[in-house]
Amino acid sequence: MYVIVAGGGKVGLNLTRELMAKGHEVTLIENNRRRYTILEPQLEHIVHLGDATELWVLERAGIERADMVIAVTGDDEDNIIISQVAREKYGREKIIARCNNIRNMEHFDLLDIKPVISSTDLILRLIEHEVPQYGLVHLLKLQAEDLEIIEVEVSAGSPSAGKTVGEIDLPDGGLIIAILREGEGIVPSGDTLINSGDEVMLILNPGLEDNITRLFTAPEESFI
Amino acid sequence: MFVLIVGCGRAGSALAKNLLADGNTVSVLDESAESHRLLDVGLETNWEDEGGMFTVGTALEIDALVEAGIERADAFVAGTNGDNTNLVIAQIAQKKFNVPKVVVRVLDPRRATWYAEQGLHTICPTQAGIEMLTAAVRGETEVVLTEQI
Repeated sequence: MYVIVAGGGKVGLNLTRELMAKGHEVTLIENNRRRYTILEPQLEHIVHLGDATELWVLERAGIERADMVIAVTGDDEDNIIISQVAREKYGREKIIARCNNIRNMEHFDLLDIKPVISSTDLILRLIEHEVPQYGLVHLLKLQAEDLEIIEVEVSAGSPSAGKTVGEIDLPDGGLIIAILREGEGIVPSGDTLINSGDEVMLILNPGLEDNITRLFTAPEESFI
Repeated sequence: MFVLIVGCGRAGSALAKNLLADGNTVSVLDESAESHRLLDVGLETNWEDEGGMFTVGTALEIDALVEAGIERADAFVAGTNGDNTNLVIAQIAQKKFNVPKVVVRVLDPRRATWYAEQGLHTICPTQAGIEMLTAAVRGETEVVLTEQI
């Protein structure tokens, strides 16, 4: 696979090394001359000096034959433009963009750039996962497919506690895929009983979270 | 007409004063409070007393754009010194806030041309300069600037 990595910071450099170690062909584009002089002795001809938002720089790097473009510069506007140009001008289908400032995530969404990786967002999700009182945890978001996998703890007195999977009135677009009980994962059937204290994993279309929360938390809790 | 200009450098500030003199409501957004002084230059009083508005804020932040009045803007000018910032905020103005007239300054001629083909009204001062210089050296008296659509 031929990969173009735009942005030679820590993320870009480590990605380049790992991809090369896996046998991929990589070009890393770095705009800052000082940073380039640090990268060049390690990567030699793999690294190009230039602004990856300039079309000729992308063309020099061979964007027409790139199987994947990864925009990981420190500037979100640059990552947006690189992704947009790679997809719409050069027809590249596999693009990964980095979002540095989580507030800019909505700009990536607006311009339909995906997938977008934000380390702040990833850490926030991990915190959600580690701190159960947050209730409903987003485990995975499949943006292109418009699906997400969530996890929710069943509280005592909730509409679902003590019922079987088949008896739960799930909204259309939601499906229980696993039940985690005492550290063990169960792939449920319609007859599997759900107890309070269980953690239930669901796959659903985004937007059903409130519905799901009501099903698995006790009524008084959901108003806290 | 309510015009929001993002970027208060030499071009943005001069454009702001031109449009204010035409009788428009003009709001300027820049990340530097310092840039305000460019708006006062050449005015009898100062920018605010002449009826202008000025907001300090980052162009990419929706809150700043809203504070500067993007929701009621009839025209939006993306004129910061960063081509990519301009291209992103112009698309935000167009797609998120449905501003009827969006104009974006792009210094790189190739990006300006390509984004113009995608439906943005780009203005490329570099291209205009190239054409004027070429015409001047060739001795052409009348300089015709290429209309960027």
